[in-house]
Amino acid sequence: MKIIVLTTVIPDLIEELEISPDGKSLDKTYLRYIPNELDDHALEEALLLKERHGGEVVVLALNIREETDEMLFAALAKGADKAVKINGDFEGIDNHAKAKILRKVLENFEFDLILTGVQTVEDIDGYVGPLLASYLAIPYVGVVSGVSYLKDTLLVKKELPGGLLTEMEVSIPCVLGIQAAENPPRYVAISRLRQMMRTAKLEEFQCEKEKNGKIEIKKVFKPEIAGKAEMIVGEPEEIVEKIVKILEEKGIIK
Amino acid sequence: MEEIVKANVDLESDFVGRMILEQGGEKFRQCIQCGMCVGSCPNGYFMDYPPRKFIAALRANMLKRVIQSNTAWTCISCFNCSLRCPSGIKITDVLIPNLREEILLEGKTTPQEVQKALENTSRYGNPLGESPRKRADWTKEIGIPVKVLPQASESVEVLWFVECYPSYNPRNILTSQAFARILNALKVNFGILGHEEFCAGDDVRLVGEKGLFEMLIEHNTKILNKYKFDFILFTDPHGYNAFKNEYPKFGVQYETMHYTEFLVDKIDKLKSLFKKKLNGTVTYHDPCYLGRRNGEYEAPRELLKAIPGLKLVEMPRNRENALCCGGGGGGIWLDSYIREHSKERLSEKRVKEAYSTGANILAVACPYDMSRFEDAIKITGYEGKLIVKDIIELIDEAM
Repeated sequence: MKIIVLTTVIPDLIEELEISPDGKSLDKTYLRYIPNELDDHALEEALLLKERHGGEVVVLALNIREETDEMLFAALAKGADKAVKINGDFEGIDNHAKAKILRKVLENFEFDLILTGVQTVEDIDGYVGPLLASYLAIPYVGVVSGVSYLKDTLLVKKELPGGLLTEMEVSIPCVLGIQAAENPPRYVAISRLRQMMRTAKLEEFQCEKEKNGKIEIKKVFKPEIAGKAEMIVGEPEEIVEKIVKILEEKGIIK
Repeated sequence: MEEIVKANVDLESDFVGRMILEQGGEKFRQCIQCGMCVGSCPNGYFMDYPPRKFIAALRANMLKRVIQSNTAWTCISCFNCSLRCPSGIKITDVLIPNLREEILLEGKTTPQEVQKALENTSRYGNPLGESPRKRADWTKEIGIPVKVLPQASESVEVLWFVECYPSYNPRNILTSQAFARILNALKVNFGILGHEEFCAGDDVRLVGEKGLFEMLIEHNTKILNKYKFDFILFTDPHGYNAFKNEYPKFGVQYETMHYTEFLVDKIDKLKSLFKKKLNGTVTYHDPCYLGRRNGEYEAPRELLKAIPGLKLVEMPRNRENALCCGGGGGGIWLDSYIREHSKERLSEKRVKEAYSTGANILAVACPYDMSRFEDAIKITGYEGKLIVKDIIELIDEAM
């Protein structure tokens, strides 16, 4: 089975988030970027399928930050057969543009299955996968937590709200948004990663910028504090006095 | 059977090949199968392949069975076996870390907490997954100046290598703050590395992540080279051990001291600063990496005896026989795994021993002891009867 895994690096939420002076985006100057955890699950699922059924795993990523290289080398160290870095001017692109770029790059690859993390912290709706599937005119299933390969189709496990699971049969090729792999993503020893960075090569593609969708961000802001709680402390008599005073101030009692 | 043995020979010869590259790694060949290691191992009763059996399996080309067993992740690197082995086999430092490395390189069956701790350490320089920028945040609002070297330009006498848990763990931070007050009262010219400091990596080494350990050595050495100081001081015996015994193997030599050794040298000055009498009976738990591994048993006891009003009593297992808290060698990240395989946590056994002495204070000198024992006290129901204090905190309270 030929499997494509779409991965990306995302801002690390361990640091405080700041908003850019334009008020429409994150200030990325001091942000650290890390691999999207759910893409790690997608890669793990791909590697498990490869171990069971043979085939090839190709990992793709848009080169949006320098941290992309290490993520791709780590994928190779885990057992991916090929890692592809897509270069270009990707400043300010949205999910529509990303999906169009990926569709173009995928013209160069044969595949039976495309796996990706179901969402990222920058894209809670997780619609790169569905958009790509619609551009390629193939099925999409999201929030997947298990994939088995039947003869010409896949049996996928999907989480439903309310603690239910469902199994669906999907024709291939298709795109799956992975919520969790069957096993937790495997560990890459640093020695193995460093060896890979010294010896392996990333395949590179150059891409033109694609058009964004029709959604424009007007404003990014921190949630405003809606209310607050105040603890009233002291002796019972003092507390009563304070409560009465507050109630009077609010005009509830006179 | 012949085929199985044949197929595995590569695995064994690779494994032995890696071991003998390390200092003293070849000594496992001198194993006389006496079983001293198993007898002294606090987890030996549930470990599938304790060291003796592990070496026998390796000789019989059955390493695969050891890899698939619970052995790798039930060792807490307490150093009992290594101290007692009549052949001087490097069980804790070479045999077990190599087994773990074998599993890590394979990329599977690593307990999740260990994996997370390693990923965090490689990403943030600390296993807790905290922001490196907040590493010196504990120094804020303690009311005394702490020189953070990247912001100070002068040289210091003492470079305090704070380490990860003392920098981030809320309980351990209290100990760090108390130590800063003591250094300040003693008028010691000291500084810390702040956000530039990465984990010293002793537990990373012991869980078999040699590549990451080397990366941490490279980083810390590069940082330390920027500053002038006389020696490095540790409150954490694990960081102390790394710098004292392991960094030199990579050509990195620094003068090192554990705080108990440092303070005992200044005991007269310290005594003159004591103003309060603490009332209580205290028993002392020897941390593995201060005691058994580095032979420091008396300095902590001298300090406790010097604190006014404290009566020191000993647990039956003390000094080199002290029972491990279960936190070392990755044990702090393996609590649930080990608990699943064992009957009782070592920390629970240890607080029972402490309570049986009649002590109301369990004194420690290692950050891992603090959380291990405080949790164990909650589990065993000694809350309100026994409290855990670092020696630092007792000194600070008496000042």
